[in-house]
Amino acid sequence: MARIIGGIATSHIPSIGNAIAKGSFDEPYWKPFFDGFGAARAWLEAARPDVAIVIYNDHGLNFFLDKMPTFAIGAAAEYRHADEGWGLPVARPFKGDPRLSWHLIEALVGDSFDLTTCQEMLVDHAFTVPMSLLFPGGGQWPVRVVPVVTNTVQHPLPAPLRCFRLGQAIGRAVASYPEDLRVLVVGTGGLSHQLDGTRAGFINASFDRMCLDKIVRAPEELATYSILDLTEIAGAQGVELVNWLAMRGALGDDVELVHRNYHVPISNTATGLIVLETPLSRH
Amino acid sequence: MISRNRDAKPGHHRVIPGTPVFDGARAQQGYALNKMCFSFNDAGNRAAFVADEDAYCARFGLTAAQREAVRRRDITAMIEAGGNIYYLAKLAGIFGMGVQDMGAQQTGMTVEAFKAKLAAAGA
Repeated sequence: MARIIGGIATSHIPSIGNAIAKGSFDEPYWKPFFDGFGAARAWLEAARPDVAIVIYNDHGLNFFLDKMPTFAIGAAAEYRHADEGWGLPVARPFKGDPRLSWHLIEALVGDSFDLTTCQEMLVDHAFTVPMSLLFPGGGQWPVRVVPVVTNTVQHPLPAPLRCFRLGQAIGRAVASYPEDLRVLVVGTGGLSHQLDGTRAGFINASFDRMCLDKIVRAPEELATYSILDLTEIAGAQGVELVNWLAMRGALGDDVELVHRNYHVPISNTATGLIVLETPLSRH
Repeated sequence: MISRNRDAKPGHHRVIPGTPVFDGARAQQGYALNKMCFSFNDAGNRAAFVADEDAYCARFGLTAAQREAVRRRDITAMIEAGGNIYYLAKLAGIFGMGVQDMGAQQTGMTVEAFKAKLAAAGA
């Protein structure tokens, strides 16, 4: 039987990809950020996931406003990154797990989450940057992947509570998959930041720290914010917290905090990292 | 603490100072501009824009306000004309502007001052 061994949430800023390409790990600007990932990688090595379900938001690489799904899921044998227009190196292709994808689709649609299904799908920096941070080895990626996309571009965006419940449904769907798989759930984005408007550069560190506390044992409290609450409190792009909530929903009630890191700023963003494990990680 | 869920009526959301909310009306208003910016995922299209900006903008049917905002490299005006920051970032990249340059321009700060403001937010 498939089991969720844990979840990781991390920021996904494009400039991280450039810093990785340049090897800027020990520069004073980058060190407090990159140093946060050692403990996450050590945990991953012990946890040995076979598959990663990665919940993120597309920034205009795969989806455009002509057709904008609220939730979408990949069902492909392979996912590619591509030129995003502003110079980020293109990541190596990722192997999918179409059988697991279709099981998730059957289970989620059966559970009233009507996702758009994608047999061709480019994954953008919000997918590739966290994968590069968590699995820095080069060569073949050590996990197969299932991408899940939330709309954080065009309002109305899915409510935080809805995203948390989508995560819970993903958790149930994984638990009903007959194959013996160790599944990692990744949520990407955040924490507080704003790129547009005269409030660009807005960061709310006390709110971010509260989120890092509550996401462990009281994620339902965070899920009661509306999207516009988050826009106001965490900045226009701080709404990406919904991907953290979806990740957290998938893990169930019983989680242990393995590691967290918080650093401001990278680019325009307050960066957060959290690693949570479930009791199933020890089997 | 912000009072929660006070946006019950669809399409009537609160105004958050200095913070654009890219809703259906803006998505409709900005469609041509955002569609042009989306095309800049392709290096050939970026080169075509640089080679003949007028012709490239005309191809996408930008409104007069959108065309003028692009001509002036004015991010705030692009957003007022319906531009979405994720798509605009691809256009800004052609002009050699990153998100911190865009942030500085929108807030009327130097890039150095904008970066200092960000660094101070974590202290």
